[in-house]
Order: sequence, then C-alpha cells, then structure tokens
Amino acid sequence: MRSVNTYIGRPIERVEDLRFLRGRGQYIGDIKREGQWHAAIVRSPAAFGRVVKIDAATALKMRGVHAVITAADIAKPVPTIPFRRKNPTIAPYAQPIIAAGYVRYVGEPVAIVLADSAELAEDAAQDVAIEIDALPPCVNWQASMAGTNLLFPGTTTNIASTFTAQCGDAAAAFAAAPYTRRERFSIQRHTALPMETRGLLAEWHAGDNRLTVHGAAKLPFFNRRAMAGMMDLPETSVDYIELDVGGGFGARGEFYPEDFLVAFAARKFGHPVKWIEDRREHFTAIGHARQMDADVEIACETDGTVVAMRGTMYVDIGAYVRPNGMTPVRNVIQFTAAPYRIPNLDFTGHGVLTNKTPAGTYRGPGRFEGCLFCERMIDIAARELGIDHLDVRRRNLLTAGDMPYTLVGIAPEDGFGDTECDSGDYRVTLERCLEEFGWDEKKALAGTLRDGRYHGIGIGCFIEGGASGPRESARMEITADGAADVYVGSSAIGQGIETIMAQIAADALEIPMAQVRVLHGSTNYLKEGFGSYGSRATVMGGSAIVLAAETVLKAFRETAARTFAVALGDISVSGGLAHARDGRSMTLAQAAALGPLTGEGTFSSDKRTYTYGTAAAHVAVDPKTGAVNVLDYIVVDDVGRAINPLTLHGQVVGAAVQGFGSVFSENLVYDADGQLLVGSLADYLIPVATDYPHIRAITLEQFPAPHNPLGAKGAGEGGIIPVGAAVANAIASALSAFNVQPTDLPLTPPRLWELIEKARTAQAQPRT
Amino acid sequence: MKLRFQVNGQAVETDVAPRTTLCDCLRDHLNLTGTHAGCEHGVCGACTVIVDGVAVRSCLMLAVQAAGASVVTVEGLADGDELSPLQEAFRRHHALQCGFCTPGMLTTLHALLSDEPAADEERIRDVLSGNLCRCTGYIPIVEAALEAREHYAKKQELKAG
Repeated sequence: MRSVNTYIGRPIERVEDLRFLRGRGQYIGDIKREGQWHAAIVRSPAAFGRVVKIDAATALKMRGVHAVITAADIAKPVPTIPFRRKNPTIAPYAQPIIAAGYVRYVGEPVAIVLADSAELAEDAAQDVAIEIDALPPCVNWQASMAGTNLLFPGTTTNIASTFTAQCGDAAAAFAAAPYTRRERFSIQRHTALPMETRGLLAEWHAGDNRLTVHGAAKLPFFNRRAMAGMMDLPETSVDYIELDVGGGFGARGEFYPEDFLVAFAARKFGHPVKWIEDRREHFTAIGHARQMDADVEIACETDGTVVAMRGTMYVDIGAYVRPNGMTPVRNVIQFTAAPYRIPNLDFTGHGVLTNKTPAGTYRGPGRFEGCLFCERMIDIAARELGIDHLDVRRRNLLTAGDMPYTLVGIAPEDGFGDTECDSGDYRVTLERCLEEFGWDEKKALAGTLRDGRYHGIGIGCFIEGGASGPRESARMEITADGAADVYVGSSAIGQGIETIMAQIAADALEIPMAQVRVLHGSTNYLKEGFGSYGSRATVMGGSAIVLAAETVLKAFRETAARTFAVALGDISVSGGLAHARDGRSMTLAQAAALGPLTGEGTFSSDKRTYTYGTAAAHVAVDPKTGAVNVLDYIVVDDVGRAINPLTLHGQVVGAAVQGFGSVFSENLVYDADGQLLVGSLADYLIPVATDYPHIRAITLEQFPAPHNPLGAKGAGEGGIIPVGAAVANAIASALSAFNVQPTDLPLTPPRLWELIEKARTAQAQPRT
Repeated sequence: MKLRFQVNGQAVETDVAPRTTLCDCLRDHLNLTGTHAGCEHGVCGACTVIVDGVAVRSCLMLAVQAAGASVVTVEGLADGDELSPLQEAFRRHHALQCGFCTPGMLTTLHALLSDEPAADEERIRDVLSGNLCRCTGYIPIVEAALEAREHYAKKQELKAG
C-alpha cells in the first residue's frame, strides 16, 4: 500500500455513473436471447388451503403458449430452499419451490406458464384455473401461537424457532432495582422495495450440461450451491451471472422459488427462459420484513444506571422460513441493548409462522426494531426518574475502555459467530451529534406550541454490524498493457462497488485508477466467493483485493529480479515500476509480457466490525391532524475509515430517508382472510422528494477497525437503524405535555391524532 | 400496427401490437433499454420520456399514440460522448446509486428545466415528487438539479438571443 493513498479516502466520482447516466446500464430486463421464452408465475389467490386441482387446458390452447409447469411436473419430493444458517427446529418449515399440496400465502407460486412473450404468458396465467379447498388462515402471530391451527401437518407448533439471549442474572437485577418499567411495542410489516423488480434469465447448455442464470445479486455463490443441489448438478456446472442491479437493501438476491422454476423450465425445454417480476407480484413475492411485537422491560438505579433489560419479541415471519428468515429474530434479541453496557439481559425471540408472504431481511434487520425499543425505553425511564435522558445515555454507552466488548450470546448457536464490539467510544458520536444538531439551542423548543404545531427533539444511539465472515476472495491479473483486471467475490447492489474496489486496487498496486477494471459478482470469475450482505462488501472484498495486490507485487519483484539478474532484495516497487539499485526499471506491462502476472487473495475474518453512531431529530406535530414534519435530522457515525466519502454519505442519507418510510407510511396491510391489500406503489407509500428535505450526515474516522488492513467498518445499513428511535423520541418530546409515548409504527397522522386525543381526554377527566 | 415517429432526432419505423405501451416499444422494439419499467402503473416515474417537449410516463402511453411525435429518451440527453451539464451534475453530487430511477429523473428534470430554468428548490421537489428513488433520499438529486439550472438558463438566453 502507498504510505499516502491517492484514491482511498477521496470522494471519487463513480465509474458506474458513466453508463447509468447515458441509459447504457444493463439490467436483467435489458438482455434477451435468441429463441427465448417468457415466464409468468401463477400465484395462489388464497392464504391457506389444499390444492385440489390445477386446470391449464384453456391456457395451453392459447396462441404462443408452450407449456404450464406445476408441482406434478417436478421431482417428488418438491425441493425446498436451503437455509443460510443452521437451526435445530426450522427444517419442516422450508419453502418448497412450488406449492405442493398446500398453499400457505397469497402469492405463493402454483404454476409457471411459458410463452413467446411476457404479454402472452401473463394472459395465459390468468386462464390457469386453480381449485383450492380453503382453510382458515392465521393472519397474526397471536392466532398462530395459540397452536390450534397448524400451518404444517405433522408439526406441533407454528413457532418455527425460539432464540434466547441471556447474560448476568436479569431476574435478580429486576427484583433488586429501585425502578423498573415495562412497555409494549409494535412494528408493521414492510419491505425493502428496490426500484427494479426482480428478474431472471436462465439458459441450459445441453452440450456440456451447464446452467447459466443471469440476474444474480447479493450472494451468487450461495445461490449457485443451492441451485446445483436442487438440480443434481456439480456446483461448477452452474453459473450465476450478475448484471447491473436496481437496488437490493437485503431483499434482492436471496434464493427465491422463481430461481428454481425459471432454471427448471430452461433445462426442461432447452429454451432460454426470461422472467421479470411485475410490481404487483413483487409485493406478494419478495421478502417482507420488520413485523414484530415486543414486550420490553428495563431496570435502572435512580441515577439512571441501567442494570438490566429483558423482554420477548414476537416476529411474524410469514408462511415459510426463507434462507435468512431467522436473521431478524436472532438479531433483535442480540442487538436491542447493543450500544450500552448493561450487565443483565434476558431476551426471548419467537419466529412465528403466519399465512403471509415469508419474511427475510431488510437493511438493518432486527437492529432498526431493537433500536426503537431500547431508545424509547431509555427516554421513558429518564422522564419517569426525572433525569436528563442524555445523562442516562452518557452513563451507559460503551466507552473506549470497554473495548473490545462482547455482546450477549444467543441460543441456539446459529453459526453467526463472534459478536465483539471492536473499537470506538460511543459517547463520541453522541456529543458530536448534539453539537452539530444544536441540541442546547433547540432544547427550548421541546414541548412548545408554535404556529399551531408542537415541537420536539429526540435522540437515537445505535451500532451497526458489518464485515460478515467467513472470508472473501479476489484475483488480479495484469494485462499486456499494464492495466489490472480485478475479480472480486463481492456483488453489486447499487452501492458503487466498481468505484470503491478500483480505488482500493489502484492504491494497493500504486497505479492510476483508470487502469483498473473491476469484475465482480458472477460465479465464473472466482472459485469461491460470498457476496454483499451484512455490510461486508467493502471490508471483506476490499481487504481481499489488498492481499491479492501484495501477491501481484511480490511476483512483479521476482520477475524484475530474474530479468535483471539481481537479488530480490535489490528490487523495490513503487508507482507501478520495479526499480533495480543500478537504475534499471521495469513497468507492470513489461513484466506481464514476460509471463502471467497474477495474484490471488483471500481475506478471512470471523471478527465483525461495529460502526456506531447517534441520530437526532427535530419534529413538529400538528395536533389537529396528527401530521409530523421533520424539520431537521442529523446522523453522526464513526466508520473507522471511509474509502469513498461521497458514496458513503450517499449510503447514510439514503438509508435515513428509507427509515422515514418505515416510521411514517410504508405498510403491507393484510385483511382477516390473509389477502394483501397493497397492490401498487399508489398503496405502498415510500418517501417522495417533497417529504424529507432536511437530512444531514457526518462521518467520523476516529476509531479504525482493528481487524482488517483497511481499518474500515461496514457502513451500508447504519443510516436506517436509529430513525424510528430518534423520530419517536422527538414526537414524545413534542407531545410531552400530554405524556404521549409512541410505541407503535407506522406513526401515521390518524394514529398520532388518536394518541393525542386519548391523552387529552384522559387529562380532562377529573382525578378520583 | 405500423408506426412512425422520431426518437432522439432519428426517424424510426416499427410494427407493434395495439396494446404495446410506448415503454415496451422503446425497450423491446427499438432496443432503447435506458428507459426503465419500475411499476408499469404510472407511479414510479422510471419510464419517463419526453414527448413533444412534455415529460410523460411511457408505461401509461400506448406506442401508437406517439405516431408522428418527437420522443427524447435518456439515450438522447448526452451530447455525443459528452455528458450533458445535468448528467455531469448528477455525477458530481452522487445523485444516483443503483441507477434504475435515473433515466426518469433525468428526463423529468430536463423537461422541467428546459421550460423553467429558474425553477426554485420547492418547484423542483414538487415536480420530482412524481419520481421515486429508493437509494439517494432525493437530496443529491435536488442539489444536482439546482446546479444544472444555469446551463438551461444560458440555453434559453441563446435561443431568445
């Protein structure tokens, strides 16, 4: 590495932009193949029932329709989608890749129609008649947990898995504490909603028994393994190819039923098969997220020292356990108390099955939720103890002296690995945030009515896990013209990976960035790779690139030493040149001309990174309507080291605005029959340009990550984690005169108006 | 149905089924895949193109309705290999991440600023509120638009000149 970096740390404009801005990006919808067929998925109209009959006769008679595939056409037993983490109880609840016998949610794939065009396939899909013997659905976790209406015959419970997180002796701490407080919380079902819907194009190459699947994202290597297993093919006979990806946020790129169905059709009929999800089916098909209720209790000393927390989380995971369906459940109990030094914890998390679209992850899974619960409890406790909530935070936040700090472990152990807060002083971002926000000046506004609106300010402290292990790989090849082709296992999800990886490679090789070409995300580039999830791409993939570059430079020195017939110690390398002591030198291109100049690097780490931060919100609440305006919002985080401040800032601000959607408007509403009432972007309200103009983000590099050569911490998710906490606390501050304590999301105007009215009515009642 | 119109200054002729949307016609018949279909029900704005100077949702317009019209897509915004000032500003302000909504953002803003180079932040946000972006939080898009205004003002002066 250069002693002074040329690219790392600078706000380099993105390489990707040059094609995106001209409309030359290539997304899955943009590619086509000669002779391709189009697929449409026939989905269950019922939330729960037995499939009696599927009649495709009419559809098959339609012009341009080639085939209709149902479970009957697929090997018995129908394959199920593998899990990403081990778990002793979830096996019976894996999702079959097509409904076999039962349908368990509206939108579950029942058949796949293949036709000459997408229009014809969609027309025909409407004419596939499905007869379902309907069963009463479980549409919420309460009904499901009663256990009287089992979703899976042969099982004894609708709880797919229960995790516990315990340390110290919470029961004793609660018994001894002078102050305890219990509160219930609820978060609505919502979803990541990338702007590009999912899509796939699968090709079967009969000549050499190979399957190619275009449309990969997030974890192509895991999906390849899953696909190979289901298709009974060697892993090396399956390639997952990544194109440009229109947003991920945790939901895109998991192995979904359509991955198998589209590939199966391509193999069965020998035609390339293309499928592009439409927006309506997206709502019923892509992983849902976040829906949970929590019953949380806090125990404090009278000075605000938090001695214990405990509680139970009920997570509505939908009809099946998808590959990462348990992640929010295990995360919420492990990370709820995370930024604080709380010696006694006792949390239980239930992943409860219901007849809804299965859940997966969405940016900051379990952490957005846990942060809301914890930060609200801190504010409520401080208010009732009559002390400043900032002092409560200062007293309990982890400090540099606490590092490394091991977070509470969970049972059953699920292979998540080590959870050790690596570095930092969590008070640093709190103090900086208060200063940038102007907390002391704004304090006077809190709870006051101005121009008909109540003003309030609130805080949310958080940590964000990153750099998920176990490893990532990179390979570098110096081409004949002295440029570097860099292959990395990390994948693109719209985050600017080509630019960031090129910055790292260019600094590691000491060559201009324009000479670096980054190739990523496809399984045919490397023997092994992992991908982009858990805020890992920059740290894991970037560190692998650093290691690969070291190997390349070593080979470069060796080539130069051989060529000049001098000792290896007589060669130094800098700026893309190998210098001998006698003044002779050689370029990378010259060395590459003498023989292959390549290097591989694998960065292995079971140590996560923990970015930490604080957000502050200033809101104004209209008591007549319950509408909230966000007047100021700032988030300060410490990422150890920012590779590209421009893209990093974009991640944090963009995530924050997503979080406002979670807090105020996004809601996947189901009715009592298990029908999803959201069918379009007119029903599902994500933030628009007029909603949240006042967002600021400041990134610190105070405590570098100790366990990777870049010193960087994963930072793609932190922006969303504290939004619910900071905003709900600010609303409570605004409405402190009424002691309104928001606990349930989304905080829509009607809900808030109702809270205000109830509080007013209660205050108007004469005390008895 | 035979159909003739202009795209990015070039005359095009194609044959489409009556139900084909302008969006599908551009993407599938004319291989102009820069126009993106994000929702196909007129809410997200990713498919926005400029028809006779007006920003329209190409997913809500039938291709045959464009007969004889002049259509500008994202592919028609750059000046040869040079990015337009608006595109440059997008890059400088990191106003795009995944790039999927970007074509619609650019066409919407190009249509707006060509008509109203003095549009203020409120006006820009108001017009952009019909285009969804899930990555950026809109702030850098608005900044880029504000910065690009002067180029549109100059262009208008030259025209009036």
